[in-house]
Amino acid sequence: MSGVTATGDGKPNGLKTAVATRFARAWLVVGAVMFLAIAGAGSTAAEQFDPDGAPNPDASSVHEQTLLRQAPRIEGRIDIPDVKAGVLIQPEGREWDYFHEVTLRQVGAVVILGMIAVLALGYFVLGRMRISAGRSGWKVHRFSAFERFSHWLTAVSFVILGLTGLNITFGNILLLPVIGPEAFSDLSQAAKYAHNFTSFAFVIGLVLIVVMWIKDNVPRKVDIDWIKQGGGFIRSKHAPAGRFNAGEKMVFWLALAGGAAVAVSGYLLLFPFYATDIAEMQAAQIVHAVIAVLFVALILGHIYIGTLGMEGAFEAMGTGEVDLNWAKEHHDVWLRDQLTEKDRAGQATTRPAE
Amino acid sequence: MARMKFLCDADRCIDCNACVTACKNENEVPWGINRRRVVTINDGKPGERSVSMACMHCTDAPCAAVCPVKCIFPTDDGIVLHSKDLCIGCGYCFYACPFGAPQYPGVGNFGSRGKMDKCTYCAGGGGSEAPGSAEEFRKYGSNRFGEGKLPMCAEMCSTKSLLAGDGEVIAEIYKERVLKRGYGSGAWGWMTAYHEDVAV
Repeated sequence: MSGVTATGDGKPNGLKTAVATRFARAWLVVGAVMFLAIAGAGSTAAEQFDPDGAPNPDASSVHEQTLLRQAPRIEGRIDIPDVKAGVLIQPEGREWDYFHEVTLRQVGAVVILGMIAVLALGYFVLGRMRISAGRSGWKVHRFSAFERFSHWLTAVSFVILGLTGLNITFGNILLLPVIGPEAFSDLSQAAKYAHNFTSFAFVIGLVLIVVMWIKDNVPRKVDIDWIKQGGGFIRSKHAPAGRFNAGEKMVFWLALAGGAAVAVSGYLLLFPFYATDIAEMQAAQIVHAVIAVLFVALILGHIYIGTLGMEGAFEAMGTGEVDLNWAKEHHDVWLRDQLTEKDRAGQATTRPAE
Repeated sequence: MARMKFLCDADRCIDCNACVTACKNENEVPWGINRRRVVTINDGKPGERSVSMACMHCTDAPCAAVCPVKCIFPTDDGIVLHSKDLCIGCGYCFYACPFGAPQYPGVGNFGSRGKMDKCTYCAGGGGSEAPGSAEEFRKYGSNRFGEGKLPMCAEMCSTKSLLAGDGEVIAEIYKERVLKRGYGSGAWGWMTAYHEDVAV
C-alpha cells in the first residue's frame, strides 16, 4: 500500500487524477490479495490427501455434531416451496418435550395443589372472615352493572380457558383413563376450539376491566398501612383501604401482566409461522403454560376470598351492593368518600334492605 | 424383534429427490405435505452434503410423549404410528419433533390445522382400520410393511444412500461402507433420534 501512495504523491498536477489512480491501484492490490486468499483457502480445504495419495472427499464435509455445536439447529437449502422444511434437525424438541412432560406437570401440580392446600389451611385455621359488627341492613352501591358484566365476562372465559388449558397438560393422566380415548379425543377437540375462541372474550373482558379500574388501582399511601395492619387477616387490627385494598390491587396488576403475557404468547401460537418459527413457538408455549398455571393459582386465591373466605364480599360482584358494615370494615376510605360525595349531591346515601 | 430405522448416507445422496417423489406417489400424499424431504447443507460450498429426512421413528419419540390425546405410539417394530381418528390437530407434536416430520393439511390459524400427517414407514396407520384396507390407504397411505416390504423411499433410492430396515443391519451396512471407502459424514439424526451414533 505504501508503494501506491508514493507513486500517487509524485504527480504534481491533477489532484483528481492522482486520487483516482491511487484508488484504482489500491483496489488492484486488494483484489489480488483476496484472490490469493480464496485460492489458498480452497486448495487447503478441498485437496487433502489420504496416506495412499488418493484425494479424501470427506476432508471438508460438514459434520452433524460440529454443526450442532455451532448452532442449536441445522438448516439448509430445500427444493420444495415450503421453506420452513429447510430446517433439518432441531434437537431442542427433546428439551421442550421434557419441559412439557416433566417440568410443567410438576410445577403445575405443585403450584395449583399448593394453592388449594394453603387456602384450605387458611379456611380451617382462620375460618370465614365475618362482618364483625354484623349486617347493618343498609346497602351501599359498589359495582355498576357494566362493571359486573366486564368482571363476569373475564371470569367465565378465564374458567373455560383454565379448564380447557389444564386438559391439554393433565387430561391424558386424569381424564383419559376414566372416559376412554374416543370420548377424550372428542372432548379435547371441542376444548381446543373453546380455548382458541374464548380467548377473544377474555381479552375483551380484561381490556374493559383495566380501562375501568386502573385509576382506582394505582398504589397509594393507604396501601402501606393496609399491609402493616396485616391486610385484614388479623382480627384485632383494622386495615384501611380505598375502593380497592392493596391485596385487590395486587390481583389487578398481576392479572393485567399475566393476562397480557398469556394473550401475546397464545396469539403467537394461534397463528403459527406468522411471527415465529418452531423454536419460538416452543418458547411461547413455555411462557404461556408457566404463566397460566401461576395465573390459575392466583385466581383460585381470588375466588376463595370473594366467596368462601369472606362474608359479604360476593354481593359486590353479585348484586353490586354491599352491606354498610362490610364496607366500613374493608373499604373505609372509599366509603367515606362515597358518603360525602352523595351528601354533597343531596341524595340518599344508603337504603335499607328489603 | 427388529427395530426399524432410517439411515441416510449423506456421502451418497445426490439430491435427486426420488425418495420424495416415491413417497408422494406411493402414499398419495396430499398437496402441501411432504412426508420426506431432501435438505442440502452448505449448498454450493466445499463439503456440501444432502440429507434425506422424514420421520425418524425415534426412540422415546417426543411427539408421542407430548401428544395430549396420546394418539401417537410406537409399534413392536419401533415404527411410530398415529391415529387420525383421535388426533385433535393441536400442533404439539410439531413443536416437539426434532426433524419437522409432523405436518398438517391446514395452515393452522385458530387451530384449524386438521389431522396430523407424517411418514408411516409405509406401514399403514395407527387407527382402527383393517391393515391394507382402502380406508387405511385413504387416511395414511400404503401398508407395504404389512406385505413384508420396506418403505418405498429407501427401496427407490438410486444411489442406495437412504437405507431402511432393522437398525443393527443398516448400521452394519453403513459401517462397512465407511471402512471400505475411508470416510463418512455420519448417520445424520441418529444421536437425536435414537440416543446412539453409528460407531465406526
